Amino acid sequence: MGEWRFAVNGEAVEVEAPGMRRLLDILREDLGLTGTKEGCGEGECGACTVLVDGAPVDSCLVPVCQVEGARIATVEGLATTSSEGPVLDRLQEAFLEMGGAQCGICTPGMLMAARSYLDSGGGPDEVAIREAIAGNLCRCTGYTKIVEAIAVAAGGPG
Amino acid sequence: MPAPVEPPIETPASLPEAYAVLADSSAEDPVTPIAGGTDVMVRITGEIGEPPRRMVDLSRLRELRGIAVDRGAVVLGALTTYTEIRRSSVCREHLPALVEAAATIGAGQIQNRGTIGGNAANASPAGDTLPVLLALDAAFEVGSNRGQRAITADAFWVAYRRTALAPDELILRIRIPIGSGRETRFRKIGTRRAQAISKVVLALSWVDQDGPPGSGRVAPIAPTGNGPIGTWRDVRLALGSVADRPIRTRATEAVLEAASPTPEIADAAAEALAGEIHPIDDVRSTAEYRRVVAARALHRMIRDAGGW
Ligand SMILES: Cc1cc2nc3c(=O)[nH]c(=O)nc-3n(C[C@H](O)[C@H](O)[C@H](O)COP(=O)(O)OP(=O)(O)OC[C@H]3O[C@@H](n4cnc5c(N)ncnc54)[C@H](O)[C@@H]3O)c2cc1C
Ligand code: FES
Ligand code: FES
Repeated sequence: MGEWRFAVNGEAVEVEAPGMRRLLDILREDLGLTGTKEGCGEGECGACTVLVDGAPVDSCLVPVCQVEGARIATVEGLATTSSEGPVLDRLQEAFLEMGGAQCGICTPGMLMAARSYLDSGGGPDEVAIREAIAGNLCRCTGYTKIVEAIAVAAGGPG
Repeated sequence: MPAPVEPPIETPASLPEAYAVLADSSAEDPVTPIAGGTDVMVRITGEIGEPPRRMVDLSRLRELRGIAVDRGAVVLGALTTYTEIRRSSVCREHLPALVEAAATIGAGQIQNRGTIGGNAANASPAGDTLPVLLALDAAFEVGSNRGQRAITADAFWVAYRRTALAPDELILRIRIPIGSGRETRFRKIGTRRAQAISKVVLALSWVDQDGPPGSGRVAPIAPTGNGPIGTWRDVRLALGSVADRPIRTRATEAVLEAASPTPEIADAAAEALAGEIHPIDDVRSTAEYRRVVAARALHRMIRDAGGW
């Protein structure tokens, strides 16, 4: 057991857990943030993608002892709140608009990989978008609508 | 899916502390290091072999980070990630083949975490940087409480998934010689561009005896097709996914040594390679496919270098 301190979506958290517990389990079980999904549990599918200090990683492959002091961003942190209620991130809007989500299992991971791509200055170029989500599998959409949605959020034509 | 086991882990803040944790690590009761975790975390569900029983986290060890140029070599800390390699101006200038290899590994999520030290220590025959390290004659600086030593790449992988590391030893740094005008080419053949384990992976390197000294990145040798074709020296050819470990193919190297990249030499080298390797059938590919594709890929590299 150890005590681990880090920030999740801008809020400081402290958890007591074995150092080898997966960040995925910490988020879902210890912190109740079930937006992050488990697909394969072995780094292949990207459903569990979160950002650690801005970089996308598979949270099923990260032990909690390695995120001490880090900033974690999960899908729950994308929408912001206003007096009128939650306001979706541009990417979430674009996924809705372009039909980028079907069953939704891959969506949180796709959104986070795409968020990191946009944050690092990525544009609406299809090849670059496909590389940015190459570690995220989707068995429903055939990817085209996801790529289109990210391009729209990046300022491309809708 | 079985629940992942959560083995006890120590999180030392310095190299001497890590050595102390590893001091009683033995073959029967190992302390398993974790760097980026992209290999070892897959094992904690226990679905692939025994999960580790006790562990030591390397991520806080600053001594194992950084990329530097030192006395004719690029020195990579064992914890250097693929993303760091891809972004490093030192690597892009001096080790373009390693940058190319890093770009083929997994996808962004894996490249942000996976380390070159982990690739080497994991000792998979399909590890994509390993043929590059062999072809560049890299050396591993390893250490423990008992002291430090260097192990050359061609003595590092000793058997299937086994390295020359003692149970208490860590890879500290990888030294890759530069500046002799050496040319290197890399090629990976997988099922798709991202997230694919190699069916075959090759790295070829040579020094062009007649080329401009110290250049190291001039290609092709005869860009116009009518200049003199150079003579190759100190040729090294290394492959992954064709044996129980990454290997140098010395019979094929001998065909290329003191030769020029002509069509006749390319044919002879491809034939020698097909005869020299003994790959196996497995879930990713067949022995026959691997043999044919390795020979074709080598042929293509020689052709590109010869500019014909
Ligand atoms: C989805 C996915 C795709 C992948 N694709 C590829 C690919 O295309 N090509 C490829 O080659 N690999 C691939 N891999 C495997 C893996 O990402 C690489 O081998 C990576 O370099 C491992 O580094 P790591 O730091 O994550 O290792 P870890 O998992 O932390 O460690 C791996 C092994 O090395 C030991 N170790 C680590 N660092 C040291 C050290 N400094 N000293 C001593 N021992 C050490 C550990 O004890 C462990 O046994 C993939 C993995 C996944 C999950
Ligand atoms: S659940 Fe982590 S990559 Fe699939
Ligand atoms: S929407 Fe179902 S997996 Fe992508």
